[in-house]
Amino acid sequence: MKEIKFYKVAIFINALVPLALVGWDWLHGRLGADPLNFVTRTTGTLTLVFLMLTLAVTPARKITGVQWLIRFRRMLGLYAFFYGFLHFTAYVWFDKFFNLRAAAEDVWRRPFIIVGLTSFFLMVPLAITSTNGMIKRLGGKRWQRLHKLVYLTAIGGVLHFYLLVKSDTRRPVIFGAILAVLLGYRLYVAYSSKLKAKPLSLTQTAPPR
Amino acid sequence: MVIKKAGDIKSSEITDRKTYLNRRQFMRGATLAGSVVATGFLYRQLLAPEPVLPTPTGKVAPDAQAAPKQWGLPGEEATPYQDITHYNNFYEFATDKYSVARTSQSLVTRPWTVSVEGLVNNPKVYDLDELLKLAPQEDRIYRHRCVEGWSMVIPWLGFSLSEVLKRAEPQGNARFVAFETVNDKKRNIPLTDALDWPYVEGLRLDEAMHPLATLASGIYGEALLPQNGAPIRLVLPWKYGYKSIKSVVRIKLVERMPPMTWNLAEPTLYGFYSNVNPKFAHRLRDQTAERRIGEYGKRETQMFNGYGDEVAQLYAGMDLNYYF
Repeated sequence: MKEIKFYKVAIFINALVPLALVGWDWLHGRLGADPLNFVTRTTGTLTLVFLMLTLAVTPARKITGVQWLIRFRRMLGLYAFFYGFLHFTAYVWFDKFFNLRAAAEDVWRRPFIIVGLTSFFLMVPLAITSTNGMIKRLGGKRWQRLHKLVYLTAIGGVLHFYLLVKSDTRRPVIFGAILAVLLGYRLYVAYSSKLKAKPLSLTQTAPPR
Repeated sequence: MVIKKAGDIKSSEITDRKTYLNRRQFMRGATLAGSVVATGFLYRQLLAPEPVLPTPTGKVAPDAQAAPKQWGLPGEEATPYQDITHYNNFYEFATDKYSVARTSQSLVTRPWTVSVEGLVNNPKVYDLDELLKLAPQEDRIYRHRCVEGWSMVIPWLGFSLSEVLKRAEPQGNARFVAFETVNDKKRNIPLTDALDWPYVEGLRLDEAMHPLATLASGIYGEALLPQNGAPIRLVLPWKYGYKSIKSVVRIKLVERMPPMTWNLAEPTLYGFYSNVNPKFAHRLRDQTAERRIGEYGKRETQMFNGYGDEVAQLYAGMDLNYYF
């Protein structure tokens, strides 16, 4: 029990390492010619990284049988939201300087921004309902159904990345491939459990021997 | 298995509680430190910016504050040499702007020839040194606007492209000029598979003859570095940066509108004319404003990048939202 607590602290600290290094590089003028653009891009990538880590928890748990991995999922998900929030803030602040009219026009004209914003806002209810109290209030089933929204966020996030690159699609495609594996695993599990369920129902209708 | 009774273990062999706890603390500390270092390493490998190379020339290295006034424009400082040489789009070498400075260093730029050919009376293959002496080299300080939404002020060294074209004597049916970037792998160009090579560009002949259309061979009085299009490139300050083709080896006069690389890749985003236009509703990048490299705020983008007085008459009567 105490070890899980320690691992949580370790993950918490590790997840802040990229942010700390971005801050360090910024202070030392090492973010290149366009530091604001760099910060925007990096926080975006980190959002995707944490979304993938969050979605990797369930497959990893089922394949390895290490059940307590689930205990880290909430924190990873909240970090995805945290970096998503920084990414969103970087856009509204550094790109639009809180000029909401310009931002609205930008969103209207550029599909990749609509996709990105939607994906981010879909995470908001998930972050709000991430506490134990909220899980109880919603009830496990409903809570789980709500939190399936994270699949849409992840798909939207990768699509957002894919749409915004000019011609070199390698990075978004890598994220897409990882996401395909993570979601594909879930489909496979759901499908194969249905297959198993079928013969069971057949035996029910079979005449007694 | 030997199971010792409690009595069989000497009390001196039992790890005392304090040592046990210390050991655990130590293991935890090591795990934490080790994982943090590993995460930091991973970040540095995958996401962090390129380590910045020092400015490769000792002679001119004006930084943002110290850039001599004569290199700037009224009210607009020249962009630091370090930024001009370390923030480059040159897709043959790399698709991110930070690593081109490193990956392009071994480009072989000597010997170099530029072929002027096609519908001309005097076709000629120029040796670089001969080409550079065709007209006096001038300091030309122009704004440079990238379609991605950033801009610089760059003190080029060069002369008008028209000097070359005039000597070639275009024939009556020559209406366009096609340009081609070097794509010889023996010159140490990795040629990423981001686009189809060679990189090609084109201009209408009257655009190419305009005095602002510059054949540049230097920046801040220094010879061009590979990342900036060494040894010779085009500079078209009223058009988006990708029109200013780098490391030119061929200039061909033609009758029909020639292909251009970015237009072939994304025809709805990159048109043949590609004049800087704040009203153009580009699907990927906002064109109404730009970030001047070195500044934190944004500047409003000007029509023709502020060169309307000089070039607007080239497009009289044209709907520039259609001919983008």
